[in-house]
Amino acid sequence: MAQAGEKNVAPALEARDLTLSWDGEHLVVQGVDVTVAPGEVCCLVGRSGCGKTTILHALAGLTTPMAGRVLLHGEDVTGRPGRVSYMLQKDLLLPSRRIIDNVCLPLVLAGTKKAEARAKAAPFFERFGLAGSELKWPSELSGGMRQRAAFLRTYLMGADVTLLDEPFSALDALTRTEVRQWFVGVAKELGLSALVITHDVDEAVSMASRIYVLAGVPAVGEPSHVIGEVAVTRPAGERSFELTDEYLAAKRQVMALLG
Amino acid sequence: MSARPEPSRARRVITPLVTIAALLALWQAVVTVGIVPNFLLPTPVQVVEALAQDAALLAGHCVTTLAEAAAGLAAGVALGFAFAVLMGRFESFYLAFEPIMTISQTIPTVAIAPLLVLWLGYGALPKVVLVIVSTFFPITVSLVAGFRSVDRDVIDLMRTMNASRWQIFWYAKLPAAADQFFSGLKISATYAIVGAVIAEWLGGNEGLGVYMTRVRKSFSYDRMFAAIIVISALSLGLMKLVELAQRLCMPWKWAERNSNER
Repeated sequence: MAQAGEKNVAPALEARDLTLSWDGEHLVVQGVDVTVAPGEVCCLVGRSGCGKTTILHALAGLTTPMAGRVLLHGEDVTGRPGRVSYMLQKDLLLPSRRIIDNVCLPLVLAGTKKAEARAKAAPFFERFGLAGSELKWPSELSGGMRQRAAFLRTYLMGADVTLLDEPFSALDALTRTEVRQWFVGVAKELGLSALVITHDVDEAVSMASRIYVLAGVPAVGEPSHVIGEVAVTRPAGERSFELTDEYLAAKRQVMALLG
Repeated sequence: MSARPEPSRARRVITPLVTIAALLALWQAVVTVGIVPNFLLPTPVQVVEALAQDAALLAGHCVTTLAEAAAGLAAGVALGFAFAVLMGRFESFYLAFEPIMTISQTIPTVAIAPLLVLWLGYGALPKVVLVIVSTFFPITVSLVAGFRSVDRDVIDLMRTMNASRWQIFWYAKLPAAADQFFSGLKISATYAIVGAVIAEWLGGNEGLGVYMTRVRKSFSYDRMFAAIIVISALSLGLMKLVELAQRLCMPWKWAERNSNER
């Protein structure tokens, strides 16, 4: 079974030579290659308006690229939504559903009975810092809690690859750092592979093991492409990674690439 | 913005009640003193007396008017809902009917009511049709706007969860439209009563509109006012009923209101 062997080494998520356009005429992104290994958290960094969200939409299968392919564990999933989970900047919790039902949404949409879905989701509330908020309405929760609920919903989709679009930028600075650290811990614990897009270099360096730097100004006819890749090494046992030389070195490299 | 504190509940209830009482007293005084002759304007006391005297008769007419209004409103809501769903679902349907709906709204109800009576007779049908015509528009417009107000990102997110079109409608679009729908329904409820009364006025055998034309012909203005009171009461009652339905259908709205006040 050569195929099975190949699947074992295949990256969790791979974009090959991705070329995208908003209108089928003007290119936004040209020839982008991105790879996320199983269990790895990668970041895609670029300035606002360089087409980061467009890339994520294509990776999520919401749009079909002009050229290039999207592979999930080696399988071609180009233009097919529902295979990777996707989390946006806004928590997008449905205001008309209680937290537990919001969190269960992917299960219920896939045909699981409501009671069964609730039972399946309930054990995770503790780990996601949401204990006691099961029957609350989204409007009754703080921004940080809403974001964690959105993340639990994303997790319950059951996809092992998650795409995150500036997931923490709507939170205030203190909550952001807290939720970010919490996310890295949970992702590690659950063995998730994730691709996070952000314009915040600090966010990228503190979360990712590898950072792709995207550059270009599609609005003036310069399609974006990956101009460099920075590996981040995390000293073992270090509690505040943000204060280490390794952190600063990685940040410097990314800043230099962004120009 | 403003630092002014919210008025207390008691103040919110008492202030308008006192105002109404003062206006009624003024009205009573103006007629009693003789500033306005009593044959032109009955006093509030006379109106209440007329209301008590004709209570049974009014109740009977009330049932007719309410039945016409309710039937028309139900049909108007059903029709408006169907139209709004089609307009939300098919862009060409939206483009085709959106202008027609706006134009239809400029046609005064009073002007088509006699035609409806002419075409459909003196029975309940022209009344129900007029109510449908006057309630359909606010329902459709509020629903179309509500369906369109749903966040594009929510739809994209649900697509990544493999949601079907129906699921997106049920979980995202319908709740997003609920608030505006109930606002439209509240307006429609008052239109329904008024529409039924106008249609009765122009021809019929029963209903508050018929009652009003009869008492007007006999110059019983006190009874006229009694009918007005009943019509307002019906409209208010129907509006309260819509509010109650909204409370039951949208429990999250009250949670939102509470957390905003905090």
